[in-house]
Amino acid sequence: MRPYIREEKDFSFSEVPENTSFEAGYLTTVNSGWRSIRPVISAAKCVGCEQCYLYCPDGVISIKDGKAVIDYDFCKGCGICAKICKIQAIEMEAECK
Amino acid sequence: MSKKFLSGNEAFAEGIRLARPQVISAYPITPQTIVVERLSEMVEDGSLSAEYVHVESEHSALSCAIGASAAGARAFTATSSQGLLYMAECLYYAAGGRFPIVMMNADRSTALPWNIYGDQRDSLSQLDSGWIQSYAENAQEALDLALMSYKIAEDKRVQTPYMANLDGFVLTHTYETVDIPARGQADKFLPPYETDNRIDFDSPKNMAFSAGPDTNYIFKYKEHKGILAAAEVITETEKEFAEIFGRHYTGLTENYRTEDAEYIIVTLGSIAGLCRETADKLRENGVKAGVVRIRYMRPFPNKEIADVLRNVKAYAVLEKDISFGNEGTVFTNVNSALKKAGVDVKGYNFIGGLGGRNISAGDIENIYTSIAKGTESVNFIGIGGEDNGK
Repeated sequence: MRPYIREEKDFSFSEVPENTSFEAGYLTTVNSGWRSIRPVISAAKCVGCEQCYLYCPDGVISIKDGKAVIDYDFCKGCGICAKICKIQAIEMEAECK
Repeated sequence: MSKKFLSGNEAFAEGIRLARPQVISAYPITPQTIVVERLSEMVEDGSLSAEYVHVESEHSALSCAIGASAAGARAFTATSSQGLLYMAECLYYAAGGRFPIVMMNADRSTALPWNIYGDQRDSLSQLDSGWIQSYAENAQEALDLALMSYKIAEDKRVQTPYMANLDGFVLTHTYETVDIPARGQADKFLPPYETDNRIDFDSPKNMAFSAGPDTNYIFKYKEHKGILAAAEVITETEKEFAEIFGRHYTGLTENYRTEDAEYIIVTLGSIAGLCRETADKLRENGVKAGVVRIRYMRPFPNKEIADVLRNVKAYAVLEKDISFGNEGTVFTNVNSALKKAGVDVKGYNFIGGLGGRNISAGDIENIYTSIAKGTESVNFIGIGGEDNGK
């Protein structure tokens, strides 16, 4: 299961854990505001080899119905997926055209 | 149980072997080196089953121990002086992350001038880093603290890293006969480490994250409560230790002939023995002298200090430390304890032993004599010069 955006709330004193560890993937805000270019996957070209999934430093790529899918809420636009794709199925496009 | 003739470092290593850490990461530095040499030999000969990690610096040594603790392992490291200062950044990570790592620190002077001998400026400069801090007097206590330290640090109420301080050379390199507990008894006393605060595939966690202004304050408060809770856990642990091993310890402080004392020296570490001998000698001459040895600087024994000094005519704080531009840090802490408790007695600070300078029996006798007469607020033992420290 991929992380999903939870409702942001104020944590009460007792809900704050003793140590700095908490349920993984508890995300309340998107984190991609500074992205200037975004990777776009061509579903027609993608063969589902999972190379981009393995290399993505933010873990935002998943495989759905045999094709790579990007979670743009957390993609930083680094372009590593486009570089690693051996069949050029991913292209970087400007956010502001 | 067996008896061996050991140095402070070797005794501490024996205590750590009994505590069965699973990961040891350390970088050698005088006068700590022997403790990690002995531990590496124990790993090599199979008498200690641990991953021994050779790291390239003290910063890495503690980082590695933090990683190991975050994987659920019992972790150990050791350092001294500049090494402790180099790992200072990581001290706060370990404490804030509530990783119950144990570290032995061989108390040694800090540069410049470069010097390898003992004083306590290194560890006392890190009082605010969030670590429990103990100060051993002799090799037997060092061994026993090594074994007790994990039980205290890992307690669910505490979850705080533990820095066990041994005076450089005076304690780390001097030999005495030490009782070594039997393995079976040690295992009964200290079960394996268990925690939810770890990386776990079945229950994935975000670890060592950032926390903004809304919750950061609460984390820090809980960290403070954790180290305060150590006071009670130390007492419980020492009680259980006495039941199993027959050796008794006295919590955050140890008092000597204080019941009717008029003049008390408050000190810490290995110099306490000479203070007790001097107090005995002065009592033969009718001076009601006593000694308080601070065993733990964090959590600080506020109540114990106030209770024992409440009825004295004067007290001295003897320490191998100075907070430049003010006074000795132990003195500051002791005075705060008294102020909070409404105790108003005359107190004086005696700074000595910096860079390994000897403190003699005569020096200690002079402390008792001068606090009876009244002296400067902060005194520098045997410094010489035109004003002789005035």
